[in-house]
Amino acid sequence: MEFILCFFLLMVGLYAVVTKRNLVKIIIGLAIMEYAINLFLILIGYRKDGIAPIMTSTMDRIEFLRKAVDPLPQALVVTSIVIGFGILALAVSIAIRIYERFGTFDINEIKKLKG
Amino acid sequence: MKLIPLMVAIPLGTAFFIPMVSRKNQRVPDLLGNLCTFALFLLSLCLIRFVPQVYFMGGWKPPFGITLVLDGLSSFMLILVNLVTFLITLYSISYMELYTSKLRYYSLLLLMLAGMNGVILTGDIFNLFVFLEIAVISAYALTGFGTEAEELEASFKYLVLGSVSSVFILLGIAFIYSLTGSLNLADISQKLAGGRLFQSPALWFAIILFLYGFGMKSAIMPFHPWLPDAHPSAPAPISAMLSGLLIKAAGVYPLLRIFYNMFGMGNLSQKFIPQILMVLGGISMAGGALLALIQTDIKRMFAYSSISHMGYIFLALSLGTPLGILGALFHIFSHAVSKSLLFLTSGSLEYVLHTRDIRKMGGIEERMPITAFSGNIGFLSLAGIPPLAGFWSKLFIILALVKAGRGGWAIFACGVSVLTLGYYLRMNRYVFFGKIKSAFRRVKEAPGTMLGAMLLLSLVVIFLGSFLIPPIRKVLLSPAVHILYSGQEYVKLVLGG
Repeated sequence: MEFILCFFLLMVGLYAVVTKRNLVKIIIGLAIMEYAINLFLILIGYRKDGIAPIMTSTMDRIEFLRKAVDPLPQALVVTSIVIGFGILALAVSIAIRIYERFGTFDINEIKKLKG
Repeated sequence: MKLIPLMVAIPLGTAFFIPMVSRKNQRVPDLLGNLCTFALFLLSLCLIRFVPQVYFMGGWKPPFGITLVLDGLSSFMLILVNLVTFLITLYSISYMELYTSKLRYYSLLLLMLAGMNGVILTGDIFNLFVFLEIAVISAYALTGFGTEAEELEASFKYLVLGSVSSVFILLGIAFIYSLTGSLNLADISQKLAGGRLFQSPALWFAIILFLYGFGMKSAIMPFHPWLPDAHPSAPAPISAMLSGLLIKAAGVYPLLRIFYNMFGMGNLSQKFIPQILMVLGGISMAGGALLALIQTDIKRMFAYSSISHMGYIFLALSLGTPLGILGALFHIFSHAVSKSLLFLTSGSLEYVLHTRDIRKMGGIEERMPITAFSGNIGFLSLAGIPPLAGFWSKLFIILALVKAGRGGWAIFACGVSVLTLGYYLRMNRYVFFGKIKSAFRRVKEAPGTMLGAMLLLSLVVIFLGSFLIPPIRKVLLSPAVHILYSGQEYVKLVLGG
C-alpha cells in the first residue's frame, strides 16, 4: 500500500514536470519526484515496529537484528537529499536568470531554441 | 603504493583550491587548471602498469565499503578522459578570455572531471550515481556559463531532462538494492548469478529504468532533445567536453558496466534487451545524420552528428561479441577525440569570425590554414576515411556486424557513413573552400595555445590507428574487451582481491 502511494507521488511529480507551463511549477515537480524516491528508499529499509539501528551494550544481538531497521537506505537518503538540494538550488538560480532575460516564467514564451 | 584515489582527489581538491587562491590574479587559474589536468594525464598513463588493482576506501572490504576498481576498461577510459581534458584546458587559456570569470570556469570544469573519473573508477552502484551527479550538475552550470538567453534556456532544459533521468536511475538502484541487499557491482552480480532473480518483474523494471536513465544521459535518439540545444550553447571547450566525454563517461560507460559486468549480456537477452539497444542505435544513427544534413549552425550540426555516432556505439555494444565490444570501445575513443577536435575548430572559427552560421562563412582556409587543417582532419576521421581514427573503429563495427550474421545492419551502417560524409562535405564547402567573403579578408588566425591544442588533438586522431598494433593493443584495448566479455572476471577481481 505504501509503495503504491509512493509510486503515485512519483507520478504526480512527473505529471507536473511534463505538463506544467511555468518554470517554478516544473521545479516543484522535480522536487516532488526526488521526495518520492527518498520515501521509497526509506520504505525499503523499514520494518513494522522497528527500532533505530543503534546497538548498545545492554541489547541482545539476535533481538537487535530481528527488530532494527536497515540503516543503509537511510545513509543513501541523506546523500540523495544533498544532491537534490544541489539540483534544486541550481534550477532556481537558472530560473531567476531566465526571468531577468525573458521577463516571464512561461515556457511557451521561452523558445528561442528549436530542440 | 596505491595511486587510484588520486584520480578523484586531485581534481576535486584543485577545484576548491582555485577559487581560494586566485581572487586577484587572472593567470593563477590558468596555471593551476592546466597543471592539474596535465598531472592527471600523466598519472592515468602511469596507472596502466598497475592494472588490475582494487582499492578499498577506508579499508572496508566489499560488499561493505566502497571499492575503486582499476581494470582494463577503467584504465582505457581514464586515459581518454584525461588526455582530452588536458588539451581542452590548454585551449581554454585563450578562448575563455571571451568570458568573465575564469576561476569559476576552471572550478566547474575540474569538478566535472572529478565526477567523470569517479564514475569510471567506482565499483559501487550508489557511489556511481553520486559521481554521475557531480559531473552532470557541473555540466548544467557550464552549459549556461555565458548567461545569455539561449544558453540559460538550453541549460534549464538540460537540467530538467537530466534530473528526471537521474531520478529514474536512483529508482533503479533502489530496486536493485531491495532485491539483492547489496550495492557493490561485483557482489550484486554474484547474487544475480543463480538466475532465480531474473524471474522477478521488479528486476526487469530496474533494467528498463537504467536503459532509460543512461540512454537519456548518452542522448540516444528518442531521448535526445536536450543535446542539440545544450551542446551548441555551451562555450566551445565545454561543448567539446560534453560531446566528446560526458555523454560517454556518464552515459555509455555505466551502461556497459551495469549491463555487461553486473547483469551479464546473456541474461539480458531473455527479454530482448540487446535487440532494443540495437534498434535504438539504428534510429539514432539515421535520425542524427539526417537532421545534421539540414543544419546551418555549425555547432548544432556537430551536435546532431554526435547523436548519430552514439548510435554506432550502441549498435556495436548490443552485439555482445568480442569484436563488437572492441568496435564500440574504439569508436568511443575515436569519436571522443575527433568530435572534441571539431568542436574546438568551431570555437576557433567563432572566436575569429563572431558567427556560427555556415552560410555566412566561406574561403576561410586562405586566412586560417591551421584551423582548416584540424577541421578537415576531424571531419575526415568521422566520415571514416583511412587511415584516420574513425575509419578503423567503423571498420571494426561493420566487421563485427557481418560476423554476427547481421548483414543488413552492416549495409545500413555503411549507408549512414555515406550520409556522414555528405553533411561534412557540405560544411566543408561552405566554411573552408570557395571564395572568401570580403568581411573576412583581414581576419587573423586564432591565438597560439588554441592552435597548439588543436594540432595536438589532430596528431592523436591521425595516429590513433596505431592502437591496433599488437604491443599497444595488448596493453590498452585487449584487457578492456576481455573484462567486459567475460563478466565473471570482474567479480573475481573485486571480491577475490
